[in-house]
Amino acid sequence: MKDITCFHCGNECDSKNIAIKEKFFCCNGCKTVFEIFSENDLTCYYDFQNNPGAIPEEIAGKYDFLENKAIVAKLLEFSDSNIQIVNLYIPHIHCSSCIWVLENLHKLQENISSSQVNFPKKTVRITFNAEKTTLKEIVFLLSSIGYEPYISLEDYEVGKKKVDRSLIYKLGIAGFAFGNVMFLSFPEYFEVSGFWLDQYKNVFRWLMFFFSLPVVFYSAQDYFISAYKGLKAKILNIDVPIALGVSVLFIRSSVEIIFDLGTGFFDSLTGLVFFLLLGKFFQQKTYNFLSFERDYKSYFPIAVTRVSSDKKEENIQIYDVKKGDRLLIRNQELIPVDGILINGNAQIDYSFVTGESKTIRKQSGDKLFAGGKQVAGAIELEALTSVEQSYLTQLWSNDVFKKEHKSNFKTLTNSISKNFTVTVLSIAIISLVFWLFFDASKALNVFTAILIIACPCAIALAAPFAFGNLLRILGKQKFYVKNTDVLEQLAAIDTLVFDKTGTLTSNKKNTIKYEGDSLSEPEEILLKNTLRGSNHPLSRALYNLLDKNDIITLDSYEEYVGKGIEASYQNKNIKVGSAKLVNNAIEEKELNTAVHISTDNTYKGKFTFYNSYRKGVSKLFNKLKQHYNLVILSGDNDSEKENLEKLLPAKTKLIFNQKPEDKLEYIKYHQTEGAKVVMVGDGLNDAGALAQSNVGIAIAENVNVFSPACDAILDASKLHLLEKYISIAKSGISIVKWSFALSFIYNIIGLYFAITGQLKPVIAAILMPLSSISIVVFTTIATNLISKKIK
Amino acid sequence: MSVIYLLLSLSILVAIVFFIAFIYSVKNGQYDDSYTPSVRMLFEDELVKEQPEELTKTKH
Repeated sequence: MKDITCFHCGNECDSKNIAIKEKFFCCNGCKTVFEIFSENDLTCYYDFQNNPGAIPEEIAGKYDFLENKAIVAKLLEFSDSNIQIVNLYIPHIHCSSCIWVLENLHKLQENISSSQVNFPKKTVRITFNAEKTTLKEIVFLLSSIGYEPYISLEDYEVGKKKVDRSLIYKLGIAGFAFGNVMFLSFPEYFEVSGFWLDQYKNVFRWLMFFFSLPVVFYSAQDYFISAYKGLKAKILNIDVPIALGVSVLFIRSSVEIIFDLGTGFFDSLTGLVFFLLLGKFFQQKTYNFLSFERDYKSYFPIAVTRVSSDKKEENIQIYDVKKGDRLLIRNQELIPVDGILINGNAQIDYSFVTGESKTIRKQSGDKLFAGGKQVAGAIELEALTSVEQSYLTQLWSNDVFKKEHKSNFKTLTNSISKNFTVTVLSIAIISLVFWLFFDASKALNVFTAILIIACPCAIALAAPFAFGNLLRILGKQKFYVKNTDVLEQLAAIDTLVFDKTGTLTSNKKNTIKYEGDSLSEPEEILLKNTLRGSNHPLSRALYNLLDKNDIITLDSYEEYVGKGIEASYQNKNIKVGSAKLVNNAIEEKELNTAVHISTDNTYKGKFTFYNSYRKGVSKLFNKLKQHYNLVILSGDNDSEKENLEKLLPAKTKLIFNQKPEDKLEYIKYHQTEGAKVVMVGDGLNDAGALAQSNVGIAIAENVNVFSPACDAILDASKLHLLEKYISIAKSGISIVKWSFALSFIYNIIGLYFAITGQLKPVIAAILMPLSSISIVVFTTIATNLISKKIK
Repeated sequence: MSVIYLLLSLSILVAIVFFIAFIYSVKNGQYDDSYTPSVRMLFEDELVKEQPEELTKTKH
């Protein structure tokens, strides 16, 4: 029986009860989805991929805000009298079955005229008839088949995003011109001095000139702008020699063809720009489906239910919440503002904020903080602040989030470019002076030739290709880095700061220990069957621990929200839950979460849930301690101190009871002392520290959903490889250095031709692409070789 | 009038036609999603009619 998995979602089935024909389902939700599909001839969904589905979630009431026209209007991409287009983000999109079923939505709902999936971004763009259906109905339809869209406050603000495609245009134009210029300059490469060439060479030359115009003035404009900005800030960045090279190439070539002195270097010019842009394109490719810039807005809902004084419920936009408003928070909804609990049983899950997944119970009159998720029935609260002024959201008004504080990092390429530019300019001037005395007619020729041949194309390409390739390799290993600069910074760090809960410990796996009188076999069977009915995270965790599999039908079953479960079978009664529910007299102040058990009103014992550390944490720390300073900054109390001291090397600093601002300040302080800090965290409470650190790495159980703003996202299952990833970044640096050495060799060869005044267009046209291509080949092979050591 | 002018203008004309096609396709967003179309082209006529009588049994 254990081998049976759900036909729809692939989860393990508990019983054979839910089945259609030969197909088994883990729950009624999955079965319903299957029924919807089979009624509409969409069962091919299951042909492309085994168990592609997700369990549909309960969403009643959650999307009531979509009845509010003003909110809907902000979400729509296009709206006409009867046609509306909406682009929805659906985290579950993961396989070809998903694409297929989402693009066949019109079979399920006739008022949808078309739907198109963007797989890398995990979005679906739906066009529908607004007179006959509403956005709410569409969201309901998607949720009913297990594709619940994710709508957050962020969608509300951004509105219609403009896609920036200018780099593709620039690359396309440069490539187009490069190809044509190459082809036009071919006749003169061989210098067949004859009547034919003399007659037509001007046509070829002027055509090349016109092809190079858009390349210089459009495709290469970023280099001029960047060089200008650099010079203004008195920095000789790599774009300065590039811009210099491009302008000298263009001016000298134009002068040559105007005065009929030669062919010019249009082929090298267009080729140079094309290769440079190619490097930029390679570097810019990032992970579409990941967001590195999240703040609280992507966590928060768009709307919330307000209860007016006459008990009427209405949906209002979240920014309209004022102090004193009564808000209704339903099961599984997020608390958007700080407030006082008025009514209901609050069981708050602060895992977004702290990374801690265990829920906290609150009494009426207690203060609730924004960012918590209510997990037990509906509650009513009174808002104490507006959204922007809540405790959690205030963190974002800290300066760290406002300025690009990391932009002052000097990349390897830019630090080398200063010396490079100075050297090239001095060589050029010395040669100029030398030739002025020796043979003045050649002086200007040599001067420009040096600037042309020394244009650091290969140097500019080394880092983008080496780090770009590493980015891709690490991405395959589930370490998603924002951009290539982050990799360079990662190689330079000397201190690692870790959050504890959710980062070093796992949210999903707990170590559970039983203390008390041992349970008899019928009691264990009863316990297991009682737990089966409950969806509470603690029940699920405990359920998976017990190995009794007999299925009995309980005589009675009652779940008390936020307290526990009571059930009976053949005159045997069991209570599972909080100490209060099971009448445990000793209600001690516990540091760890516990589930208490009593049968027939006699107290039996408790299951205590301990933090469970992720696989390989101890090993990782022992490896890291050889090169780095290690710190643990935890927001929790020090109940785990002993465990941590045992687990981690002695020199690790352990600091507890840290508020979000404390973490930020701690990192800031160490940075002023000269430390290069990596912060590894997961919750929103680490967001400030992640932003302040040199490299902020967010740990995520599921990379598609929640992670705070950061520089890199690391899949939780790969945490133990962190040390290897850092050492790969370091090897990346040495690869780039080797490529620099390689490109200097080309430059020296080129300079020999240039200084002696023998640089011919054909030599430049061979040397430039050759150096660029060999750098690309070298970096690609080298990065692939070093990444082998991950395995 | 030499044939070289004719050949040159023809070749450049062809190149420009392709260039315009490229710009047009970028503008239309063809390069925004480079993965989904490769999967989408494999779908066709997948709608298989199942026996309806068996399915009605499962409805309540």
